[in-house]
Amino acid sequence: MAYDYEKSIRPGKLPHIWCPGCGHGIVMKGLIRAMDTCELDRNNTAIVSGIGCASRLPGYLDACTLHTAHGRAAAFATGVKMAKPEMTVICCGGDGDGTAIGGNHFIHACRRNINMTYVIMNNFIYGMTGGQFSPCTPTGMKASTTPYGNPDPVFDISKLAIGAGATFVARTTAAHPREIDKLIAQGIKHNGMSIIEVLDDCPTSYGRRNKFRSVVDMMKRLKKDAVPAKAAAKMTPEQLEGKFLTGVLYHDNEKAEYTEQYAALIKRVQEGA
Amino acid sequence: MSGARIEVIERNCKACSICAEFCPKDVLEMDVFVVKVVKPEDCIKCMQCELLCPDFAIKVHDA
Ligand SMILES: Cc1ncc(C[n+]2csc(CCOP(=O)(O)OP(=O)(O)O)c2C)c(N)n1
Ligand code: SF4
Ligand code: SF4
Ligand code: SF4
Repeated sequence: MAYDYEKSIRPGKLPHIWCPGCGHGIVMKGLIRAMDTCELDRNNTAIVSGIGCASRLPGYLDACTLHTAHGRAAAFATGVKMAKPEMTVICCGGDGDGTAIGGNHFIHACRRNINMTYVIMNNFIYGMTGGQFSPCTPTGMKASTTPYGNPDPVFDISKLAIGAGATFVARTTAAHPREIDKLIAQGIKHNGMSIIEVLDDCPTSYGRRNKFRSVVDMMKRLKKDAVPAKAAAKMTPEQLEGKFLTGVLYHDNEKAEYTEQYAALIKRVQEGA
Repeated sequence: MSGARIEVIERNCKACSICAEFCPKDVLEMDVFVVKVVKPEDCIKCMQCELLCPDFAIKVHDA
């Protein structure tokens, strides 16, 4: 019955720093369940993040964790994976960290198809710094830096990841907890770059400003607008207006994995020498 | 389907009300600083409260 999360959390770390209702806690629980499903050895698992509320996640977990510079999770994680390809490498962070300041590292990690799993918590805003708009803030919505509504078009993180070359791409939301661990576990098992986009809520810096009555209101909205990719195939563009797809969006087992390619290169050069 | 024991870890609860709102059986009710278990006998052990709590603050045990 009751799930034992505590065995995976560093002693004395709870309660965590996130605001009441912040979805990052729901994602952290999903990640713990996925790590259990995959029976990961904590001494051989690196969890790497950048900066932001979402990026605080690794600090709570009993594993090899690395809290790095803003936007640089994928870069540090690439270093870890290159040095120790036998390690399981998991990145986590926010939409601001991963697609604004870290957008460059994000797309190039996807392009290389290096074997890691990146859990990107998209709460549509820079939560930690008080609600500046991110590349994922929906057009028209309010942020502290767009008080009259955001004029910018939006990044679709999953499509960006597919376009950049990631080979397992999936999306779910904080309101679909069972799907979070299922998809992260599939990502961990996939040999290549896996992007798991979790649409998330930030009641403090986003909800408050955008007329959501409560965090429950935000979660109900995530539930209502989610359409499983399989169901979407049978729907008209009108029916899909304002919705987003969930589940596995892309899966390719053919593209070569980067650390394997690199090992093969070293072998070829050494044998040739 | 009786026999659930619902544990609230009050130290962790931030009274966000997610568990109470998503419980299909109105087992939980909000107090000012914490959630209260008001009708444990109605619990169907769907686990929604435990899965959705962002704060590791509610656990559904077999009684
Ligand atoms: C180089 C650098 N620039 C800016 C900042 C300030 N900063 C800290 S967190 C953050 C944004 C975080 O947003 P996101 O990644 O979406 O995570 P959230 O807080 O919403 O979970 C910014 C801009 C910083 N710490 N370092
Ligand atoms: S500011 Fe937003 S993202 Fe940060 S902890 Fe609070 S609710 Fe979560
Ligand atoms: S397990 Fe389901 S029915 Fe029981 S208290 Fe939790 S949400 Fe309510
Ligand atoms: S979801 Fe968790 S933190 Fe929120 S009220 Fe319920 S027990 Fe408390």
